[in-house]
This record gives sequence, C-alpha cells and structure tokens, in this order.
Amino acid sequence: MNRLWWPLGALAALLVLNVLVTPSFFSLRMQDGHLYGSVIDILKNGAPTLLIALGMTLVIATRGIDLSVGAVVAIAAAVTCEYIAGSGDPGSASTALVGMAISLGLCLVLGLWNGFLVAVLRIQPIVATLVLMTAGRGIAMLITDGQIITVNNETYRAVGAGFVLLPLAILISVAVLALVAVTTRKTALGLLIESVGVNPEASRLAGVQSRTIIWTVYVFAALCAGVAGLMISSNVSAADANNAGLWIEMDAILAVVIGGTSLAGGRYSLTGTLLGALVIQTLTTTVYTVGIAPEVTLVFKAVVVIVVILFQSPKVQSLFRRRRPAPPVAVAMTPQEVAR
Amino acid sequence: MTALSISRVPSRQLPVVATFALFVLTFGAGSVSFENFASGQVFANLFIDNAHLILLAVGMTFVILTGGIDLSVGSVLALSTMIAAAGVKAGWPVPLVIVLVLLTGSVLGLLMGLMIHKFDVQPFIVTLAGMFLARGACFLISVESISIKDKAYRALGMERIALGGGVSITNNVLIAVVVLVAAMYVLHLTRFGRTVYALGGSEPSARLMGLKVGFTKVGVYVVSGFCSSLAGLVFSFYTASGYGLHAVGMELEAIAAVVIGGTLLAGGSGYVLGSVVGALVLGTIQTIISFDGTLNSWWTKIVIGALLLAFIVLHRLIVRRTAT
Repeated sequence: MNRLWWPLGALAALLVLNVLVTPSFFSLRMQDGHLYGSVIDILKNGAPTLLIALGMTLVIATRGIDLSVGAVVAIAAAVTCEYIAGSGDPGSASTALVGMAISLGLCLVLGLWNGFLVAVLRIQPIVATLVLMTAGRGIAMLITDGQIITVNNETYRAVGAGFVLLPLAILISVAVLALVAVTTRKTALGLLIESVGVNPEASRLAGVQSRTIIWTVYVFAALCAGVAGLMISSNVSAADANNAGLWIEMDAILAVVIGGTSLAGGRYSLTGTLLGALVIQTLTTTVYTVGIAPEVTLVFKAVVVIVVILFQSPKVQSLFRRRRPAPPVAVAMTPQEVAR
Repeated sequence: MTALSISRVPSRQLPVVATFALFVLTFGAGSVSFENFASGQVFANLFIDNAHLILLAVGMTFVILTGGIDLSVGSVLALSTMIAAAGVKAGWPVPLVIVLVLLTGSVLGLLMGLMIHKFDVQPFIVTLAGMFLARGACFLISVESISIKDKAYRALGMERIALGGGVSITNNVLIAVVVLVAAMYVLHLTRFGRTVYALGGSEPSARLMGLKVGFTKVGVYVVSGFCSSLAGLVFSFYTASGYGLHAVGMELEAIAAVVIGGTLLAGGSGYVLGSVVGALVLGTIQTIISFDGTLNSWWTKIVIGALLLAFIVLHRLIVRRTAT
C-alpha cells in the first residue's frame, strides 16, 4: 500500500487547495432528486477516464499498452450517433439501445484486432495499437463523413447525462470498477494476468494460457473505451470524430502510472488507478476553479506527473529507505527488477 | 520480391529497401494518375513541405535505435515556433532568438534524458510529461497564434535557391539535408553512434563492454530535443507564425515515418536514411490526396495506419527469419 501514499497525497493537496480557493467546495445540494456539487462534477467528468484507465490497468499489467482507446472512443461515438440519426425513429429507446449494442459489438471486434496483433502476431503492443490509433480516427471521420453528428434521443442522453440520484456515468464506472475488482481479485484471473506480465514465457510453460489472457485484456480495454465513448458523446448528444476522446489514452495511462502500476507489467493496483484518475480530473477542475487559462492545465499535469513518478521511482524510494531500517520484504527484488 | 533477391540483400537492410521501393511506387502511382505530378518541382516540394517532419524523424531515429521513444517532439516543435515568434515580436535579434530556441529544445531533451537514465523511469512516461509540459508552456506564452512580421526572419523562410531546370528549394531543405548527413556521420562513423546501436541491441551487454551507456542514453534525447527545436525553427520559417496548436499529433507521424523507414521499435536496427524516406512516403501520400481533390484528408490517416501495419508485419517476418 506504500505506493498509494503519493497519489493519495497529491489528491489531498489538490482538494485542500480547492477548499482554500472555494470554501464551499465540499458542499452538496439536492435538487429534483439529483445530487449536485463540485465533487460530483469531478467524479462525473472523470468517469470516462476512470473507465478507460481500468481497461488500461489490465493491459499494462500484462506488460502491454493500448494507445488506440481514444480512437475507439471516437468510433463508438460515431457509430452510435450515425445509427440513431439515420434510423427511422431517432427518438425511441429501442433505436438508442440497438445503436449502442452495434457500437459495442464493433468495439469488441476492434479489441479482438488489437489482441490478435499483440497475442498472435506478437507485435510490440505500443506499435500494434499505434496502427488503430492512427487509422481509427480516420475511420471515425469516414463514418461521420467529417461532420459533427447531433442526435436527440432521451435514452441515449441518459448514459452520459442521466441521473439516478448520482449521475449515471459515475454509477457505470463504479460498477465496472467493482466488477473488475471482484473478477480479478476473487478469482485466479488477476494472478494469471500478473504472471503473464512478469514473464509471459514462464507463465506459458507453467500452463497459463497467456495468449487468451492477453487477448481478453485488449478486448476488455476496447469495450471500456466503447462505453466511455458512449458516455462522452451522449453527454453532449453529439459525435465529434475529431475531438471525442482526444488524448484520453494519455490521461488513462497517466492515471494508471500515478496509481503505482508499473509500465513494465506485473503487479497492478485498481485502487491506485482510481486514485490516479481522480488526481487527473481534480487537477483539471482545480485549474478551472482557480481561474487559470484551461490550456495551461497541461503544465500542471506535467508537473504532477513528474513529481509523482520521481517519488515512486526505485532510486528515490531507496533514498528514503536508507534513513530508516528497511523492512525485509522491501529488500527483495520485485519480479520486474529480476526480469531486467 | 523473389527468394533470390531476398537472400542477396542483408536482412538488416531489407526494410529500408522495401521503404525505398514503396516510395518509388507511391510517387510512380501519383505520376501515372495525375498530370504534372512527375515534375522536379513536385519532388522538391516534398522536401520543402516536409522538412520539419524529416528533422523530427532524424531525431526520433536516434531515440528509437536505443529502444526508447520520444513523444514530446511535436510539442517541442510547437514551443519552438512560439518562442521564435514571441522573441522576434519582442524585437530580439534573430540570431539570439535562434540560439535560444535551439537551447530550449536541447535542454528539455537533456532533462528528459536525465530523468530516464538517473531515475530509471520509462521513456514513454517521461516524454509524455515532456509533451504536456512543452504544449502547456506554449499557452503560457500566448493562447493566440503569433504571426512573424520581421522582414529578415521571413526572408529566411521565403528565400528560394534555384537548382536549375526551374526547380527551386528553400533554406529549410538545405537545413534538413545537412542534418541528415550529419546524423548519418554520427551514427555510422563515431563512437557515440556505435554505442547507440549497441544500446538498442542489449543494454546490459553494452554496459559490460564498458561503453558509455549513461552518456549515450541521455545524449539521444538531447539529439532529439535539438532536432525538434530545429524542426520548430524550420516550421516557423515555413508558416511565418508561432502557435501552441502547431503540429498536434506530429510525434505519431514521426514515429510512423521511422517505423515505415525500417527501424525496429525494439531498437538496435535501422537507418536514419530509411526514416527520411519514410517521411517522404507520408509526404507523397498527402500530395496525392491534395492532387486528387475528391479524397478527404482523413484517408491520409487510414493509409498511414495501413502502411504502418504492413511494415510492422514485414519486420515481424524478418525477425522470425533471422531468429530461426
């Protein structure tokens, strides 16, 4: 749990800063049975990033990376909106559900494609997913014909902008988080994913079906990106192939890394990813509330990343350890270090 | 390609040969499809319009050869155009502005390299932070685009050098060619260059051989930072403006150029000339699409994605062949 102190500290610092600037930061109010407040806003706006970061965590745990999620977001948004806008009954619930099902089905195929390149052709994940990252946005533009497609469908709007006391987007992300936590931590799946990340060859020899596991995590990542794409586009009732999910893959990767999961694969932390996603979204919101030009957010993001990464790096950690007697576990090398 | 010719070309150079063939093929396809395409000036324009991409690809090749990656290049390019435009606008002498820009890029590269080497953090994350930092710094200078009105500075970009036969190039092309030749010299005829390849082959082996691993590892990011800031200068000559949204996503194009150019992303194998041809292939595709006029610009992305895929699979096959 030691690694979680840094993201937790960063999050606490940001929250304190927010309270200092706006004393009413933590206040919540009820209106028409909906809960409103700055904290709720942060959670709602961070929901797509969290969702994608969850998929990314599992991919990174297998020593992979998925750069294509932003493009998948754009494709999911484009397909759904194009279907709804082009159907005979663009306002009905069934149209929205069919549209979403089609687009998630397509995301599944895109995930299979990434998984095929990585698990079967054994192409480096960073390049394999770069293909879809580059081509995907072009495909999304092709689907929408370069236009921003707007739709007017209440059912679809509910995914990103609806409320069940809390915004539905938050509930969806938390549900997926719980689902992933239960399926990977209460079964052997999490262990198998970590073993593939630590040493794919050794786990294959030990009888782990690494190919299937790698394939599964890429499909899961693409599905998460698909749902996030539905959230993002339904929140504004439009599909913008150019800007939907732009750079969200970078935010998701940062969330995972800030959360203490190493890009070298192996041990992963879902709690860490949750904290990382919250840090990134709180930071973005803080910059808005403090009144700095939103474009400058990037500078603060960079600074937070650099600080958190440096403090998590083994060298700096060992500096800290030298002052205190190290616990025996900390002396042992982690599998990643041995692998190097 | 027949089995005979494959066995004749060393497998190390096969991807570069394939890239060159692809370039001839795409340029040939353009020449067959469109009138006036197969002219010297269209060819020269490839270099004029893509001088900045060539420079980025050269710097990126150094980094990728060591097995690293530099995601910050597009943002550093934008920051350089911004510093140049703001500096010229403030009335600073042009040589001072140029030195300042090149220094900023190199120092940014140095800092990223030091973080990667000293703290053992993955290059992907460090340069991602660098990408955010440089892009954000652009907006710290100004959120709006700044146009460059200084006559001397503009002249540097407008000046044409006639090559004869009605074909002319700009200073940018000269800069790109000089950097390319210098990069080829450094990579193949200096100790630093050999260490770059050794590092990409196997870092522990390079260390055990007593090579200057740390110096080289940091050095390649300085080279990439320098190339990116030079690309920024070239881009500011070309567009006569500085803007924080210049070259968004250009790092991906640079990486694509390097991969299409036959360099293995795992490091250790590849040629800087291949990357330049890769950049020219991307440029040719864009030229064809603009010549056609009916195709939309998003086809560029799809074609680049398809080419990336083709070359990655080709690499895969070659690596498998040499492994067995």
